Amino acid sequence: MVIGQRIPKLDAPDKATGRTVYGHDVKLPGMLHGRILYSQYASAKIKRVDVSRALKLPGVKAILTAADNPPTKFGYGKDNTPIKGDVVRSFRDEVAAVAAVDADTAAEALDLIEIEYEPLTPLFDVRQAMKDSAPLIHPERKSNLFQKYKYSHGDIVEGERESDVVVEADFELPYVAHAAMETSVVIASFDHRDHLTLYSTTQIPFLLQRDLAEALGIEGNDIRIIQTAIGGAFGRGLDIYPYEPIAALLARKAGKPVRISFSRHEEFLAAPMRQPALIHARAGAKRDGKITFRDAYALLDVGAYISWGSVTPLVMMETTASLYRVPHVKFEADCVYTNNLITGAVRGYGNPQSTFYTETLMERLAVALNMDPVDFRLRNANIPNEEMPQGLIITSCGLKECIEAVAARADVGSQRSEVGSQKDSRISNQKSEINNQKLKRGIGFASTLNVGGGARIYKSDGCGATVKVDDFGHVSLITGSTEIGQGSETILAQIVAEVLGVKVEDINVLNSDTDVKPWDVGVHASRTTFIAGNAAHIAAMDARKQLFETASELLKAEPESLVTRDGKIFVNDSDRSADLAKVARSRHYREGGKVILGEGWYDPPTKMVDKDTYKGNISATYGFGTQMAEVEVDTETGKVRVLRLVCANDVGRAINPMAVEGQIEGGAQMGLGYALTEELIVKEGRVMNPDFLDYRLFTSADMPQIESIIIETDDPQGPFGAKGVGEMGGTPTAAAIANAIHDATGVWLTQLPMTPERVLRALEEAKK
Amino acid sequence: MAKKFHLTLNVNGEHQELLIDPRRSLLDVLRNDLELRGAHRGCDSGDCGACTVILNGKAITSCMTLAADCDGDSVITVEGITPADGLHPVQKALVAEGGIQCGFCTTGIVMAAIALLESNPHPTEEDVRDGLAGNLCRCTGYKKIVEAVLNGERK
Ligand code: FES
Ligand code: FES
Repeated sequence: MVIGQRIPKLDAPDKATGRTVYGHDVKLPGMLHGRILYSQYASAKIKRVDVSRALKLPGVKAILTAADNPPTKFGYGKDNTPIKGDVVRSFRDEVAAVAAVDADTAAEALDLIEIEYEPLTPLFDVRQAMKDSAPLIHPERKSNLFQKYKYSHGDIVEGERESDVVVEADFELPYVAHAAMETSVVIASFDHRDHLTLYSTTQIPFLLQRDLAEALGIEGNDIRIIQTAIGGAFGRGLDIYPYEPIAALLARKAGKPVRISFSRHEEFLAAPMRQPALIHARAGAKRDGKITFRDAYALLDVGAYISWGSVTPLVMMETTASLYRVPHVKFEADCVYTNNLITGAVRGYGNPQSTFYTETLMERLAVALNMDPVDFRLRNANIPNEEMPQGLIITSCGLKECIEAVAARADVGSQRSEVGSQKDSRISNQKSEINNQKLKRGIGFASTLNVGGGARIYKSDGCGATVKVDDFGHVSLITGSTEIGQGSETILAQIVAEVLGVKVEDINVLNSDTDVKPWDVGVHASRTTFIAGNAAHIAAMDARKQLFETASELLKAEPESLVTRDGKIFVNDSDRSADLAKVARSRHYREGGKVILGEGWYDPPTKMVDKDTYKGNISATYGFGTQMAEVEVDTETGKVRVLRLVCANDVGRAINPMAVEGQIEGGAQMGLGYALTEELIVKEGRVMNPDFLDYRLFTSADMPQIESIIIETDDPQGPFGAKGVGEMGGTPTAAAIANAIHDATGVWLTQLPMTPERVLRALEEAKK
Repeated sequence: MAKKFHLTLNVNGEHQELLIDPRRSLLDVLRNDLELRGAHRGCDSGDCGACTVILNGKAITSCMTLAADCDGDSVITVEGITPADGLHPVQKALVAEGGIQCGFCTTGIVMAAIALLESNPHPTEEDVRDGLAGNLCRCTGYKKIVEAVLNGERK
């Protein structure tokens, strides 16, 4: 049995030794270095562009201006062009690009490009942008409001009437960066037939093929995407972004391959960020501890061009409507253009945002009811086999088990001495907790609901797979899915190995070339284990059927009596066997012979949400999790130290517990940053902290003890019972920490990150 | 163009002589002139540790080190500590304990950990966490990295 084993990642030895080839390592013969010139203004007309001096610089091979743009616009909102022509709408707007023999020459050339701007009044405040009098970011649209979302179930008025307690708060959430350790990189190369090969760190190779074709005005079948090893992505690569068509246009103009690799500074400016949000939310409950309603409004700054930042309300509403059983829910969101940065998909995709307000309001309700927050959550927890009012069909569900598992750890192994008294004080009058002690300790809980069986946001949520067994018994899995470090290669190999009875390390996984691999939506929504896993399982079963067909002739036994084990096919309960190579050759070398080639395609039985009501079962299953944070707050400095983070997650079944823990622990690092340190400070459209010195990630020294508890619920549709886990690790963390800060100090934090200044301010205000 | 600098280096035990632009970093020279791509560029400003190599026995960020300042020095990169067959114990532990996901930070961590264990052969968990604090990782949450460095030492 290789399912359930802690098998090291297949690609880890190459990564440990530096043999892995990342995008930054790719060098093609004659390759040029591309650099992009960004706008000097957040909003301006471009009066004149003069590239003549730059063109004269020796080593410059091509310069791109808006005159080189293909006629079509691209992107989710069809509002973007590779190089901006008449107007610029943000500091990240590309105004020219250069390809030169080396990076220094390209940089020098950028300095020689002259651009004359006529500044316009910029619009940075999302509330201002909503006003009728606001200038239009895209004048061809009638309003800066790109999209409005309106969801409801039940009746909010009724919910409020039933409530014994009602809580509400305003929340303010920051820009956050993926901060993958490898910056964005792309290499574009045309061959003699004018076919484009793009070496890319994209997460959506097949959609990029389509989007890039549209952006360049060529056919999708003229584009081949080769994914290099990817040094982290976390949602960064889920859309087409201007640097990709720019690289292609430069390569075409120069007649040579062109690489664009972002500097870290550029990455903090031009990669799509988690969007900032202003949220007003309310919730109510009855004295018996049942939630009555939830009502939230989110105002989202999507930036100057539309990318996935404008679709995060879909996930926000899912948490608002369906995390816990809430009879009456209303959720509205406005996605608004401004002259700020582009916002996109970042791990968790709207869920860290919505879980922060949802779960801190849960805590407020528990406090208002004078009820233990664990009991309160248990009373309202989702249960298995229930269709939610939103249309989500919950099948396997271990939320109660997750809550109980972390709660059981609340009193164990704690670093604080007075756990019991704190625990009681948690449910007593909070104000009395502010006493003379400088350091205060507290614990807090928060749960999460996350899609775990794909997410149908396109017509297809499918993935294809092929399993090939060659004359030597060697097994290859060709999968549509993408490895971004999360470990999908190894998980999928485990699934195939289990079916074929071979060793995991004997399976070769091919997953990087659109000319070879079958279609897949991409690596997002924690979908790969579930969707690509099911596809790989189907393909492996198909290959096994072919093997059994031939083996039954060789072994003179019924196919039903055959089993796979140790790289061989055995007749059940006997030692009669044939190895895979022999079976494959026997099938191959005969008249009318065939090779072993198993096929799999899996598209889950789900629906896109209704475009007016936003209801529907978007995922084949849902993952759940709960975290408990234990914090120490220094009431003199406002510094919050997380001592311990206990994470329980319902993952259906852990195909590889080590990989599951890796997702949870890594997610927690991001969640801790979101809670306490990470904020891309954007002032008047400009990024003020575009480096790791000022944009603080948690380091090894900062990390608390993390304890990861795996809850297995054996999902009926998952491959070997598994469901997705990739995004849950960081989703509830900020809420759990905010709740722990409240437990320790009696103050509520509503703005992220919860920096010492903000904590101090909240403490000061509470004293008044 | 600045006047070229004649650089002599010992890299992974091999003598190297190069003519370089004196403004270039050691990372750049290792990656591009010597084709040693194991050291990675995560920031180019000394903040991430992905470019860590061992210079005269000390772990340094090669992006912040001018190659010309290393004249006559000895540099060890991840390629230099990797045995011809198999893995260095630190690499082995990182693989076995799940300390590697995307792997972009890994080579820097391998070098930082080796330097750490060299100067402190029996580190506490605290020592390892502090010793690796200059090496950012966005994937793993560090737990398995720290465990690997501790266990790699014990084995
Ligand atoms: S690349 Fe040298 S420290 Fe980041
Ligand atoms: S493994 Fe990806 S950055 Fe460390």
